[in-house]
Amino acid sequence: MSLIKHHEKIETNVFLLVVGIFVTVAVGGLVEIVPLFSIKSTIETVRGVRPYTPLELAGRDIYVREGCYNCHSQMIRPFRDEIERYGHYSLAAESKFDHPFQWGSKRTGPDLARVGGKYSNDWHTRHLIDPRSVVPESIMPGYPHLAQRPLSYDGIAAHMATLDVVGRGETYTPVEGAIENAVADLEAQATPDADTDALVARYSDVAFGPDRAEDEVTNMALGDLDGNPEMITEMDALVAYLQVLGTMVDFTQVDDESRTEWIR
Amino acid sequence: MASKPEWDEITGRKTTGHEWDGIKELNTPLPRWWVWVFYICIAWSVVYSLAYPSWPAMAGFFNGVTGWNARSDLDDQLDEARAARSTWLTQIAAKDVGAVLEDDTLRSYAMRGGEVLFKENCAPCHQTGGAGAYGYPTLADDEWIWGGTLDAIVTTIRHGVRDQTNDDTRFSEMTAFGEWEILTPEEIDTVAGYVYDLSHGRASEGPGQDLFVQHCAVCHSPDAKSPEGNGNLMLGGPPLNNRIFLYGGDREDIAAQVYKPQHGVMPPWEGRLSDEEIKQLAVYVYSLGVGQ
Repeated sequence: MSLIKHHEKIETNVFLLVVGIFVTVAVGGLVEIVPLFSIKSTIETVRGVRPYTPLELAGRDIYVREGCYNCHSQMIRPFRDEIERYGHYSLAAESKFDHPFQWGSKRTGPDLARVGGKYSNDWHTRHLIDPRSVVPESIMPGYPHLAQRPLSYDGIAAHMATLDVVGRGETYTPVEGAIENAVADLEAQATPDADTDALVARYSDVAFGPDRAEDEVTNMALGDLDGNPEMITEMDALVAYLQVLGTMVDFTQVDDESRTEWIR
Repeated sequence: MASKPEWDEITGRKTTGHEWDGIKELNTPLPRWWVWVFYICIAWSVVYSLAYPSWPAMAGFFNGVTGWNARSDLDDQLDEARAARSTWLTQIAAKDVGAVLEDDTLRSYAMRGGEVLFKENCAPCHQTGGAGAYGYPTLADDEWIWGGTLDAIVTTIRHGVRDQTNDDTRFSEMTAFGEWEILTPEEIDTVAGYVYDLSHGRASEGPGQDLFVQHCAVCHSPDAKSPEGNGNLMLGGPPLNNRIFLYGGDREDIAAQVYKPQHGVMPPWEGRLSDEEIKQLAVYVYSLGVGQ
C-alpha cells in the first residue's frame, strides 16, 4: 500500500492538491454533464412541442415575477401516484424552450405541468383573483391586481430575440416571422374575434414540422381570456400561459415504441 | 509553527510537525474500519455502475446488465395496477354506462372511482358533492342544462361545453338582446320581470309573457310557443320556471343576462380521462342529484 502512503505528498503540497481537486471535479463534469449534449435520448423525440407565443411568454414572465414556482412545480415524476393524478410524466422535450425551466420538487400547491385545458379561462381568472371563491379550502394568495394592470409588452420582440440567442438560434429562428410580428401576434391572441390565422399557422408549422397535416393546429388559448375585452391585462397573459402548459404533446398518439426509444 | 515531524514516545506515533504553543499534533491514521468502509464503497460503485444505466457513450449510454430503468419500471407498475383493476375495468369498458349502473358490483366500483375523479377534476368548478357555484351548474339537483340521462352526462363530460378545440362540444349561445339592440331597455326590464315571476311560480299574461313567447320560448321551452319556460335540453336552454339560476336569480341579474349573456365553458375530458374513467364519473354525477 505504498500508493496510499503517498497521499501525504498531495496533502502537504498546495499545488498538487489544487491539480488533484481540479482533475477529480473535471471527471465528474465530463462523465455526468458533457454526454448529455450528445446522447440522443436526453431530449426525447416527440411531435408538437413549440416555443411560447408572445402572449404566453409574457404570461410566463408574470408567473416567474409573482413567484408561482415557490409553491407549484411543473414536473410530473415517473411514479404511478403522480401519473394517476396529473397525467403522463413530464418529458425533457416539453421544457426545452423554458429558460429557466420550472421543474422543482416543492409543492405547496398542485403540480401545474399539465394544467392547460383542465379548467376554463373564466375559472383561472376567478381563481387568480380570489382562490377561495372557487376552491374553499385553498391557501393560495389572491392576485387581483393582475386583472387590473395593463400588460406591458414593449420589449417582447427583444425578449424573444434574447431567448433565441440563449437557445442557440433554435427557439424563435425556426418560427417564420415570430420576432418581426411579435407585437401583432400578442395583440391578435388576446383580442376577441381577431385574425389569428397567421399566428396559429406560424406556431403550428414549427410545432409539427414539415409533416404537419393540413388541419393540424397547435393548441393555444385565443380571445379575451380574463372577461375584460377592453384591455390586454397581465391576467390575459398568465391565463394564456397556464392554458398551454402540458398540452403540446398529444400523448394519445405516443405508443410503447416511442417510449422505448426515449430510454435508449 | 511548522517544524519537523518527530516521534512521540507515549503513543509511538509520529507528529505532523504542526505545533501551537507547545501543543503538537499527532499524525494518527484513520480508523481501520473507516478505511475498509471506504474501500468497500469504491468497489460497490463499480458493481453499481455495471448493474444500472451509467457510463455514457457518444449517442447513447450503457444500459446496465440488469436492464433496469426508472421509466420502464414505471410501465411495469402501471401494467400491474391495470391488471389488478382489470376485473372491473374490462367490464366497464365493454358495457354501456347504463349497464354499469344496473350491476351492483360495477356500480359500487364506479361510485368510489368516480368520487375520487370528481374531487380531483370536477370539484374546482362544480364544488364538492356537486354543490355548484356562481357560473358553475349545481349537479346535486334535478335541473339539467344539457340533459341528466347517463348518456347525456357522458357526452357532456367527454366533449365539454363551448370548447374551442373539441368538434363535438355542446354549444349554445344566447342572444345579447340588449347589446345587439334587439330589445329596448324597457322591454328587457319587462321580460326580466316576467322571468322573475315565472321563477317564483306567479307568472301571468301580459306584455312580459308576449315578449317571452316571442324571444325566449324558442330555447327555454320544449314547445317553442309555450310561455312555461321549462327548458329545452336539446338546445341547452335551461328551465326558467324555478329558482335555480346560473348567474343569479334577482330581477337585476336576469336583466343583465338578457342584456349581455355570460356563457360558461367546460373543458372536454376525452383524452385527459380514459373512457372507463368517464363512465365512472358519469355514474357518480348521476347519483349526486336526480338523474333523468
